[in-house]
Amino acid sequence: MPRTIAWKRYNRRVICLSLAYCAFLLPAVYGFKHQLVPHSLAYLVAVLPALPIIGIFGAIGRYLVEEQDEYVRMLVVRQILWASGLTLSFATIWGFLDNFGLVGHADGYWLIALWFIGLGIGSLVNKLTLGDGGC
Amino acid sequence: MENRLRVLRAERAWSQQDLAGRLEVSRQSVNAIETGKYDPSLPLAFRIAELFDLPIEEIFVSPSRRSSKAI
Repeated sequence: MPRTIAWKRYNRRVICLSLAYCAFLLPAVYGFKHQLVPHSLAYLVAVLPALPIIGIFGAIGRYLVEEQDEYVRMLVVRQILWASGLTLSFATIWGFLDNFGLVGHADGYWLIALWFIGLGIGSLVNKLTLGDGGC
Repeated sequence: MENRLRVLRAERAWSQQDLAGRLEVSRQSVNAIETGKYDPSLPLAFRIAELFDLPIEEIFVSPSRRSSKAI
């Protein structure tokens, strides 16, 4: 991906949000494991690690708005479409398999990991279909 | 979309990077437009036309005219 100004800004935001994710997740895991979290704060502590992930989705949206290179923006939109299509397809198939008792129940947050893997697959598809222009 | 961008660039001895810098886009964008893998938006097409001081239709080949010629 060309290192445009918008891309650099996006990277900075994602680094900050990733650090916030670690800062929220590690104490939450430790707190729940050792039963240190009071019941009144349990929902808040459990939801806090999700907020930086939501922030990353916001950062991606902001990047699309700020990116001045229309071709690069189109490449990222294609990546997002691949990621969303693959994730939703996988979730649909898994849901039916789960309903009929053929697979175990999976935690919902794995879909987020799958979506980010989908971004990588989208990038590969861009490269394969657009060659050098696919970055 | 077929275009004469590569020829026009070569006439001025500009690299893809040179042209990209003048248009304020990435080199990959120039490459994708030159090879016909990406059709630029109207504002970018106008920027290209203004840079080469040519009308848009002397840079980009209209797909409808091209297909009518083929008939």
